[in-house]
Amino acid sequence: MTTYLQGLTCRECGARYPAEARSACEECFGPLEPTYDLEAIRAAVSRETIAAGPASMWRYQAFLPAERDPEVDLGDGFTPLRRARRLGAELGLPNLYVKDETRNPTHSFKDRVVSVAVTKARELGFETVACASTGNLAHAVAAHAAAAGMDAVTFVPTGLESGKLAATAVYGARLVEVDGTYDEVNRLCGEAADEYPWAFVNVNLRPYYAEGSKTIAYETAEQLGWRAPDHVVVPVASGALLVRVAKAFRDLRAVGLLDEEPSVRVSGAQGVGCSPVATAFAQGADDVRPVRTPTTIARSLAIGDPADGMYALREARESGGAVEAATDAEIVEAVGLLARTEGIFTETAGGVTVAVLGKLAARGVIRPDETVVAYVTGMGLKTLEAYGERFRPAATIRPRLEALAAFLGDGARKGAA
Amino acid sequence: MITVRIPSAMRGLTDGAAHVEVEGMTVREALDALVVRHPALGARLFDDQGKVRRFVNLYVGEDDIRFSEGLDTAVPEGGTLSILPAVAGG
Ligand SMILES: Cc1ncc(COP(=O)(O)O)c(C=O)c1O
Ligand SMILES: [Zn+2]
Repeated sequence: MTTYLQGLTCRECGARYPAEARSACEECFGPLEPTYDLEAIRAAVSRETIAAGPASMWRYQAFLPAERDPEVDLGDGFTPLRRARRLGAELGLPNLYVKDETRNPTHSFKDRVVSVAVTKARELGFETVACASTGNLAHAVAAHAAAAGMDAVTFVPTGLESGKLAATAVYGARLVEVDGTYDEVNRLCGEAADEYPWAFVNVNLRPYYAEGSKTIAYETAEQLGWRAPDHVVVPVASGALLVRVAKAFRDLRAVGLLDEEPSVRVSGAQGVGCSPVATAFAQGADDVRPVRTPTTIARSLAIGDPADGMYALREARESGGAVEAATDAEIVEAVGLLARTEGIFTETAGGVTVAVLGKLAARGVIRPDETVVAYVTGMGLKTLEAYGERFRPAATIRPRLEALAAFLGDGARKGAA
Repeated sequence: MITVRIPSAMRGLTDGAAHVEVEGMTVREALDALVVRHPALGARLFDDQGKVRRFVNLYVGEDDIRFSEGLDTAVPEGGTLSILPAVAGG
């Protein structure tokens, strides 16, 4: 196995760097992206070689900036793409699919980015991995570090759901709550990355980390029989996932894995209390104005100052998609709708995605003739607090048939008319 | 005196210094003084129109200057001005 990685290139000014731990371009501070030898990938990779690869996102190793490390790969990615007939019927979208990312090892799509970042951190000789997180990332970092025998230090804003805290601390990771917003946590980590010899997966390893997101789109195309969908709906926090999904479909065509030029309309989903990208989209603005104090129940998406926000905005606009926001009430309703219709229990971020999917379908932005994929990126058991009293037992009864009968009424019995 | 924190990506232009002490009442004055000391930083911090570059974030103490008065934000005597590249992702 080899990697086709050539180095890092600045997205803004094109300056090139070797493939090391580095967060930003020295010339302009712009974001860095790995570049690959696409010709070599085209020559080496086929649908068959991919099908013969591992049942994880690492079947797409050729498109990733590291070699698969079996101690790090927990079986990340390669999640089901579910044909969502019942949800589709409710929303008037007969060709709807749901990518069920709740099925990842730590139950969110963040396993994909972490799998790449921790693999790279090990390869570069780091002993400690770290991150600034809205919850899911910390969980994924803690689990992968434990599996790889590395130390982990994770930073989160105060006020996260208790499930996400427990699910991070249990692995022995040092979990540090920071009294502030995610953006303040992120700023602290940006400074700390200069001072401590740690691999911050989303700071100095961010160029590699972000690449993991592409695999969600590669899998989608493979699972659709090597076709790109017509429309995707992607939740947006930093915007990295949306931008990488858009790029990944183009990559597949560039190496000849898709027969046709993909034309995927990419739509983004945010929570109303933290929707800087949706606001810029609605206003037709070119800049994304940061939100100082996010208030959405979708805490995993509560990044007020999204680093990839401007790029996400552009991808949505240029592809003919939209970026829309959902209220807290709409989020909770959508969580229930997805669970009732498809048997998938998602966290608030998935509620955001399904709510926005419904809104865009109702407005005709997403059309019934389109093959649509909604990315449901995390699991509902991690955000129980957000659902309050909404999903509760229907009754509490004594263990007696009379009590059951009193609760159900007469009509439910066998033989009742 | 104000302490300006230099991110590692810019330390090549400050002879490796992680902190530079300057005089100034506002962020603009502090950065101008910094650029006088290390002229190569000018083009990294500001674009052709003299605006702070898109990927440069500035903080006075704990506060992002975009939520205060931007370059006119006051920096208290003895305070810290921190320069950081914009990176984020949850
Ligand atoms: C469940 C879930 N979905 C989506 C996202 C958005 O990811 P990105 O920061 O790449 O936009 C996050 C980020 O934390 C998340 O936790
Ligand atoms: Zn650059």
